[in-house]
Amino acid sequence: MEKVHAVEFKGITKRFGSNVANDNINLYLDKGVIMSLLGENGSGKTTLMNMLAGIYFPDEGEILIDGKPVAITSPKDAFDNKIGMIHQHFKLVDIFTATENIVLGLKDEKYDLKAATARVREICDRYGFDIDLNKKIYEMSVSEKQTVEIVKVLYRGADILILDEPTAVLTPQEIEKLFFVLRAMRQDGKAIILITHKLNEVLSVSDVVAVLRKGQHIATVRTAETDEQKLTEMMVGHAVKLDIDRLDPKDVKPRLSIKDLTCKDKEGVVKLDHASFVANGGEILGIAGIAGSGQKELLEAIAGLRKVDEGSILYTPDDAPAAELVGKTPMEIKEAGVALAFVPEDRLGMGLVGGMGMTENMMLRSWNKGKGIFVDRKAPEELAEKVYDFLEVVTPSIDYPVRKLSGGNVQKVLVGREIASEPSVLMSAYAVRGLDINTSYVIYNLMSAQKAKGVAVIFVGEDLDVLLELCDRILVLCGGKVSGVVDARTTSKDELGLLMTKVGGKEEN
Amino acid sequence: MNEKTPFIRLAKREDMPKSKVWLIRGGAFVLAILIGCLIFLISDTNPFKAYGTILMGALGKKTGFRQVIKNAVPLLGTALALAPCFRMKYWNIGAEGQITMGAVGASFFALKMYEAMPSPVLLTVMGVTSILFGAFWAIIPALFKSRWGTNETLFTLMMNYIAIGIVGWLQGGPWEGKPGSQIIPLFDEKAVLPKVGGVHIGWIIVLLLTVVMYVYMNYTKHGYEVAVLGESENTAVYAGMNVAKVTIRTAALSGGICGLVGFMLASGTNQTLYSDVAGGAGFTAITVCWLAQLNPFAMIAIAFLLAVLSKGASVLQTSLAIPSSISDILTGIILLCMLGCEFFINYRMIFRGHHEKEAA
Repeated sequence: MEKVHAVEFKGITKRFGSNVANDNINLYLDKGVIMSLLGENGSGKTTLMNMLAGIYFPDEGEILIDGKPVAITSPKDAFDNKIGMIHQHFKLVDIFTATENIVLGLKDEKYDLKAATARVREICDRYGFDIDLNKKIYEMSVSEKQTVEIVKVLYRGADILILDEPTAVLTPQEIEKLFFVLRAMRQDGKAIILITHKLNEVLSVSDVVAVLRKGQHIATVRTAETDEQKLTEMMVGHAVKLDIDRLDPKDVKPRLSIKDLTCKDKEGVVKLDHASFVANGGEILGIAGIAGSGQKELLEAIAGLRKVDEGSILYTPDDAPAAELVGKTPMEIKEAGVALAFVPEDRLGMGLVGGMGMTENMMLRSWNKGKGIFVDRKAPEELAEKVYDFLEVVTPSIDYPVRKLSGGNVQKVLVGREIASEPSVLMSAYAVRGLDINTSYVIYNLMSAQKAKGVAVIFVGEDLDVLLELCDRILVLCGGKVSGVVDARTTSKDELGLLMTKVGGKEEN
Repeated sequence: MNEKTPFIRLAKREDMPKSKVWLIRGGAFVLAILIGCLIFLISDTNPFKAYGTILMGALGKKTGFRQVIKNAVPLLGTALALAPCFRMKYWNIGAEGQITMGAVGASFFALKMYEAMPSPVLLTVMGVTSILFGAFWAIIPALFKSRWGTNETLFTLMMNYIAIGIVGWLQGGPWEGKPGSQIIPLFDEKAVLPKVGGVHIGWIIVLLLTVVMYVYMNYTKHGYEVAVLGESENTAVYAGMNVAKVTIRTAALSGGICGLVGFMLASGTNQTLYSDVAGGAGFTAITVCWLAQLNPFAMIAIAFLLAVLSKGASVLQTSLAIPSSISDILTGIILLCMLGCEFFINYRMIFRGHHEKEAA
C-alpha cells in the first residue's frame, strides 16, 4: 500500500485567462517535514498554496489530505482540514491584543478570554514563541505581528502550515528566531511549507525543496543533496552567474547633501526624523531598513512629491552653484535643471500609467516639452523603440497597455525611461521586487553602469545580500532616523540587522 | 472533482480580438431589441409593428427627422462636454445645471439687450456668455474638490437643482412676461439661431465640436494630462502635473460646452427660457458618453440612436396609444445589455463538470 502523505497534490492545474499558473502539479509533503517551495515570481508558488488555503479552486486535479481527497472551497474548509496559511499581508485587528486576535472569529466555543489566554500561553511555551500576549497589535513590530499570525493558526489546530515569504520583512536576527520556532514545530510533527525565493534560507531551514518554474513542478530534492547553484539552475532553467560586478567608485563628489530632513504624514506622525547624509556622484548609496522606516518618504521628499517639514536638500551640479530643492514642485525641480530620475516603489500607481502603452508612458517625462498645445509623440515613440530594443522588453507592441506586461517588463519600461533622461541623481525603491533573477541582474547592472557614468545612485533595497554586493555605502534607516552609514565592502549582515532595529542611531550598551 | 465543486466559476479572459468584441456588443444590442419585443408583447402590441412605427415615425418624414436631429444635438453636445471629465474620473453629473445656467446667460442678452446690437453680434455675445455661465457653474464644485477634497458627484448633482431653481425664480419674477403667467416671453427674432437644412445651426456646431474634442482628448497636452490624472493622481503628481489646475480647467471646459448647449436649447430649440430647458439632456448624455466609451465619433451614433428612440416613442404614443415612456424603458434595456456585455468580454464562465481543454 502507498504511504499516506499529509498533503498531496494530484495533477493540479490552474489557469488565469490564457496564463497557466499551475500546470499538472504533482507534489506531496509528509508530517514533521519543512518543505521550501522555491520558484521565481510568477512561477505559481503562491497560486498553488492559495488552492490549499481555499482562496482559489483548481481547474483540474485534486488535493488529498491524509490520503483522502478533499474539496477546499473556502478558507473555512481549509481550517476544517487543519490547514493554516500565514499571508504576506497580515490580517489582524490593530486595536485588539494578541490574544483577542487569536481567538477572534471562533464560533464553536464560549468567549472565555482567561481560558483562551492559558491555551495560547501553552502553545507559545511549547514552540518557544516569545511574545507579550496583552500587547495591542498597533504597538507591535512586523516580526511580532507575524508571530501572532502563526500562533493564531496553531490555536485553530492547524497541522499543515503555509508561510508565504515569511522572511521578506524580517531582520537577520528575527529570521533566526523564526527558524527556531519552525524547527520546534517540525519536531512536533507539523508539516510546514515555506514559500520563498531566497536560496540561503532554503538551505538553512528546510528538509526538502520543491522547485517550480513557469507553473510546472521541476523537481523535489532533499536539501542536503543540493546547493545554491543547482537550485538556481532548476529555478531559472539555465545556469546563471550570481555575482554583481562592483567597480571601485571613481571621481566621487557630493551631489545631494541632505540635512535634518523631517517629514510628517497627513496625520502628523513623523515619518522621517532629522535625516542627514550625503549622496555622492559615482557611488551607489544603498538604503536598508525594515519596511516603513521612512524609505518612501525620503525619496519622495527629494523628488518634490512630499511636503518637507524641516531641513534642507542641497543639490550640487558639476558646473553650477548648489541649489536648494526643498519647497520646489517636481516641475520646478525639473525646470531648475536638476536631472533627477526616480523609480518609485509603486510602479503602476506612480511611475507609470498602467492603461497606456510604452510610448505614452515615455511621454510622462516629456509631455510638457515644446511650444504649442499639441503633445510631441515622435520623440517618445523613438525612445520607446529604443528601450524596447535595448532592454529586450517583451510586449506585443509599444502601444500595448503596460499593465498587461509581466512585472519584469513593467520595470524595464520604467527604469529604461528614467535612465534615458540622463540623470545626475538616480533614485530607486525596491527596484527588483517581484522580478525574475535575470531581470534583477539586468537592473543591478544598469545601476552599476549609471554609477560608472558619475551618477549619484540611491538604491533602496530589502535583500541585504544584494545591498552588500551592489552598493558602495549603505545607509540604514530605523523608525525614520538614520541609524548608521556603513561601508558596504566591510560591513556584515549582522551589523546591518542590528542597525535596522536600533533606535535613534545610538549604541545599545 | 466532486459535488462541492462550485457550479459556476469565473475566469478572467485574455485579450479578445477586436472583431469578436464588436460581435458581442452587436449581440447585446440585438438582445436588447429582443427584450424590447417582450415589453411590447406584454402591452399587447405587435413588436414588428411597434418597431416599424418607431423607425417610420422618426425617420420616415422630414418633420420627424428634423425633430430627431433637434433632440440629438444637445445629447451629443453634452456627451462631448462630459467626455474629458469622465476620462479624468471626475464624475460631473451636473451637466443639467450647467446647461441651464448657460441658457440663463444667453437669455439675459436675448431678453434685455436685443435692441442694442445686430443679430450676429447678439448671437455671439449670447454664445460667449453661455459658455462663461456654464463654466462658472462647473468651476465651483471643482474648486471645492481641489481645495477641500469634497465629493464632486454629490456637489455637481446638487448644483443642478440650484440652477433649475434660479430659472424658476426668474420665470415667476424679474423676467416674467405677462404678470402671473410664470412664463418668460419668446426671444426676439434677432436672438434666434439661424436654421440650416431646417434645423438650427447647432447641429453643425456640435459636429465640429466632435472633431475638436477628439483631437483635444487624443493629441494635446491637456488631453494627456487629463488621461494621466484619470488613471492615477500619484502618477500625475510624479510627472509634474498640477492636479488642481487640471481638475478645474477640465471642469470649466466641460461646463463651458454644457453652457453652449444651453444656449442652443434656449435660442435654437425653445426660443425662450424655462426651468426644464435642459429637459434631462444632462443626464441622458451620461448614458451616451458611456455607451460610446468616451469616443466622440461613437457619440454621434449613440446620440442619434437615442434621439430616434425618443422621437419614435412619441409617435408610438399617438398612433398606437402606448405610453411614450417606453422609450426610456428601451434605452434602459439597451444600456443594461451594452454595459452588461462588457462583463462577458472580460470574463468567461466555467460550469461544473466542464474540463475545458481548449484555451478559449
